[in-house]
Amino acid sequence: MTAAVATPTAKPTKAGPKRSKGAPLLGLVAWIVGILFFLPVAWMVLTAFHSEQDAATNPPSLAAPLTLDGFREFFGATSGASPWPPLINSAMASIVSTLIVLALAIPAAYALSIRPVRKWTDVMFFFLSTKMLPAVAGLLPIYLIAQKAGMLDNVWTLVILYTSMNLPIAVWMMRSFLAEVPVEILEAAAIDGAGLITVLRRVIVPVAMPGIAATSLICFIFSWNEMLFARVLTGVVAQTAPVFLTSFVTSQGLFLAKVCAAATAISLPVLAAGFAAQDKLVQGLSLGAVK
Amino acid sequence: MTAIAPPAQKPASPERKPTAMRRTGDWARRAPLLPALVFLIIVTQLPFVATLVISFMDWNSLYPDDRGFAGVGNYADVFTDATLRKSVITTIVLTVAVVLISLLLGLAIALLLNRAFRGRGIVRTLMIAPFLVVPVAAALLWKHALFNPEYGLFNGILTWLFGPDAPQPDWITEAPLWSVIASLVWQWTPFMMLILLAGLQSQPLDALEAAKVDGATPVQMFRFLTLPHMRRYLELGALLGSIYIVQNFDAVFTLTSGGLGTANLPYTIYTTFYQAHDYGRASAAGVVVVIGTIAIATFALRVVSSLFQEEEGRA
Repeated sequence: MTAAVATPTAKPTKAGPKRSKGAPLLGLVAWIVGILFFLPVAWMVLTAFHSEQDAATNPPSLAAPLTLDGFREFFGATSGASPWPPLINSAMASIVSTLIVLALAIPAAYALSIRPVRKWTDVMFFFLSTKMLPAVAGLLPIYLIAQKAGMLDNVWTLVILYTSMNLPIAVWMMRSFLAEVPVEILEAAAIDGAGLITVLRRVIVPVAMPGIAATSLICFIFSWNEMLFARVLTGVVAQTAPVFLTSFVTSQGLFLAKVCAAATAISLPVLAAGFAAQDKLVQGLSLGAVK
Repeated sequence: MTAIAPPAQKPASPERKPTAMRRTGDWARRAPLLPALVFLIIVTQLPFVATLVISFMDWNSLYPDDRGFAGVGNYADVFTDATLRKSVITTIVLTVAVVLISLLLGLAIALLLNRAFRGRGIVRTLMIAPFLVVPVAAALLWKHALFNPEYGLFNGILTWLFGPDAPQPDWITEAPLWSVIASLVWQWTPFMMLILLAGLQSQPLDALEAAKVDGATPVQMFRFLTLPHMRRYLELGALLGSIYIVQNFDAVFTLTSGGLGTANLPYTIYTTFYQAHDYGRASAAGVVVVIGTIAIATFALRVVSSLFQEEEGRA
């Protein structure tokens, strides 16, 4: 695949699959399917803007007046707990761990693609195999170690764990992206006597920027979404947004509009980033196999 | 996990030619790899070794004085424990169902979206949304806003369509596992669709056109050209999907709290450790999960190895 990708023949496909006889009807089917899949999200957002009373009706009220009460509740205007500390914790754990992942994964991918170490496929499989180790199997020792080290309820514990959680996939993705860097550029750099750091910083990183963006996006999404570690290892101080969201429901009984407002607000960063960088997402998810 | 036997390897990658780049030794090659490798071994492998040790101990944090060596006692418990055996089956059913259904749906939708039609970009954006909603938020949304028998959207739609006498099922109680599966399929179909769409768009057009000129039917073209080309993408989707869905915690935790026969292994281990405080037994269960995963992973890695085939040239 990757070999073929570089050739221009693969390109035109993206531009335009041809229209055939059944096209209008199948286009309609695609629209219906798309709307069906989007419906729950739309419903979440709509309910978030409804009053509690209008949210809990059967049949559902589409024309009910819109209100910001749910969001006001969530952001703590009327209730006690502020969502800002958890949101900041989530942002910090996700962004910092993503940066560390990149710092570790790019050199590793270099060693696995551009000047491959011997047995590089074995190393690749090792990386992937760590993803298959169920998180719960290491959870208890991690909990005990964090407890001993006084690192329970500490964002940095999550940063370390999220880094290890995303590193294997990031190495796989970055390897595929780096494998696309033209050999000529690297040879030119080598002849100019550039060292590893210089080559990475001045040559590879700029060329592989789209791949780096895709990798970052996916690491960010998985970290922002993570709940098991966050739930077990954090308490009050380092609580993340997903954990806050669940406590939001249980501690106060069910308020549908408020829960939907909270769910919408917490999903917003990922939704925005994902919508903005759809193509990057596609590339990243296919582990860079497609350009 | 180090135990995984990698699939039979092709001979180590051919060395690159330029001599300028070969001058430095093996260690210079390895150096950039080491930070990532060392970090990952420390953070993922060492805790597992500790889990292994604890699994042979009597250790319940509620009775700190009774800590001691248990031999294989915990393992005996694990294998005779009906709850745990059931959660193994639940995990398998859940993973296979979600991966298969979302893969098939994802393929169908990717085929639809690979055609030109008005608003294709918008439809793709709509489709992606479920994958981007935070999983816990998605689970809460399904539980309270969609499945709720009193005012959930699903029953609301039934009332809309069939009037006040419409059936009003209590989805989660009546079909707990399927409720979890439905919400996960909704979240993972877009993921599969994205991977498969990428595969479809990388399919060289000329072969398809040549086949068309030769009078191949669309079905034949799909069966003999598209499907073989898509194999790697289907495998990739199945592999990544399985890795994440076997470990699913959020949906089970939120939708049913593991009740009504939906407790999967991660959830069961979580409760053994977090609520029963039985560290030894939770660890033994964790080790059993890992052994099971190794079996599946060894198989899966063989499958993924096909991902390397076409890349050999470069490396």
